[in-house]
Amino acid sequence: MTGQRSIQLRVNGQAYERTVETRQTLADFLREELHLTGTHLGCEHGICGACTILFNGEAVRSCLLLAVQADDAELMTVEGLAQGESLHPLQRAFHAHHALQCGFCTPGFLMTACAFLQEEPHPTEAQVREAISGNICRCTGYAPIVQAILHASRGG
Amino acid sequence: MKPAPFEYFAPTDITEALDLLAHYGDDAKILAGGQSLMPLMNMRLARPRVLLDINRLTELAYISRGPDGALTIGALTRQRAVERASVVQTHLPLLAAVMPSLGHFQIRNRGTIGGSLAHADPAAELPALCLALEAELMLRSAERQRTVKAADFFLTYLTTAIEPDELLVDIRFPAWNPQWRWGFQEVCRRQGDFALVGAVALLHIDDDAICREAHLAMFGVGGTPIRLHRAEALVRGQRLEARGLEEVEQAVAAELQPDTDMHASAEYRQEVGGVIARRALEAALG
Repeated sequence: MTGQRSIQLRVNGQAYERTVETRQTLADFLREELHLTGTHLGCEHGICGACTILFNGEAVRSCLLLAVQADDAELMTVEGLAQGESLHPLQRAFHAHHALQCGFCTPGFLMTACAFLQEEPHPTEAQVREAISGNICRCTGYAPIVQAILHASRGG
Repeated sequence: MKPAPFEYFAPTDITEALDLLAHYGDDAKILAGGQSLMPLMNMRLARPRVLLDINRLTELAYISRGPDGALTIGALTRQRAVERASVVQTHLPLLAAVMPSLGHFQIRNRGTIGGSLAHADPAAELPALCLALEAELMLRSAERQRTVKAADFFLTYLTTAIEPDELLVDIRFPAWNPQWRWGFQEVCRRQGDFALVGAVALLHIDDDAICREAHLAMFGVGGTPIRLHRAEALVRGQRLEARGLEEVEQAVAAELQPDTDMHASAEYRQEVGGVIARRALEAALG
């Protein structure tokens, strides 16, 4: 009884048209249909933040959206950050500050930080800590993550 | 993980949505921001036969201020839009200030004001805020429309006065009394997480430092948010000082009948509830 729908959307600037099962989450769609596996799935119920992407420019949990809801949407995933071989300033800052260990949570942190810095280009450390409070890192690397985001906000 | 199969509808106007609700009733679940329903569906704790996605009902996303100063907010207004709206910051400062506590900003980008109220989690901030502010909730079905006071809206855990064929369409907050002073306090493990216990206090203190009116609402202390009428009566008519509210703290703790769950024991909630209520009043007194 589950249905299918056709959707059109843009992801990282590229247009896609696909037929999706209506119960497929947007996160699964990105990974399984578009093979954009940079978006990671940790908890799949909105707690860990690993699946954070930009949906029409705003940071959201892609595990809490259905793919069918992204019809006509403009998305950005972690694959959209780098320009060719040139890393995004946030990615360079994460590299320089050792802001990742296993890397599983990193795509979510990067997309969260990306949306946050667009709204708050010159944040305080307290603001950065609040902004990333919805993303969980199990290697316990918050201090370098905070430093990396602050560094990127100062022009890298 | 994926939700169990469902029939999916995404109506584009409210009439179509209400007709679908009239037809499917209890079998249908309304999907607004999805920040509570989608986790439940992913974990298959909720398996609706019909999913009614109302995100295309843009007519339900608005904030308007009436000639009487009352603020009406469409149920589909995103939480982030509420806190960013200058009309809310100016004319309902308490609401704007509390919104960031509802959840992490990624959650508030999608989460709606109506969704949080209709979900009615007893640990959620908005239901208690609506009680303290004496908000009214407008419900519509294909047949009728009615207004329910916040005090009559929350029935028990995750259960509201919304009938199966009804849709929460807007929330009306009475004009903000410029005399109100407010305090908001909660205890949670991480900023943005669900609170263990919380309180919101509104006080009107006159020029002689006498408390003319007091609203005190709490959440995380039972199946629904509650008004602490006995504690309110204790402070009304009194000359209040930030020190000396221990009596109110004890009265609140005595009035609370919280439950134990995996997050906190009843004893903890009762004791901390009194403290949090006192601190909310102290914050209101400044």
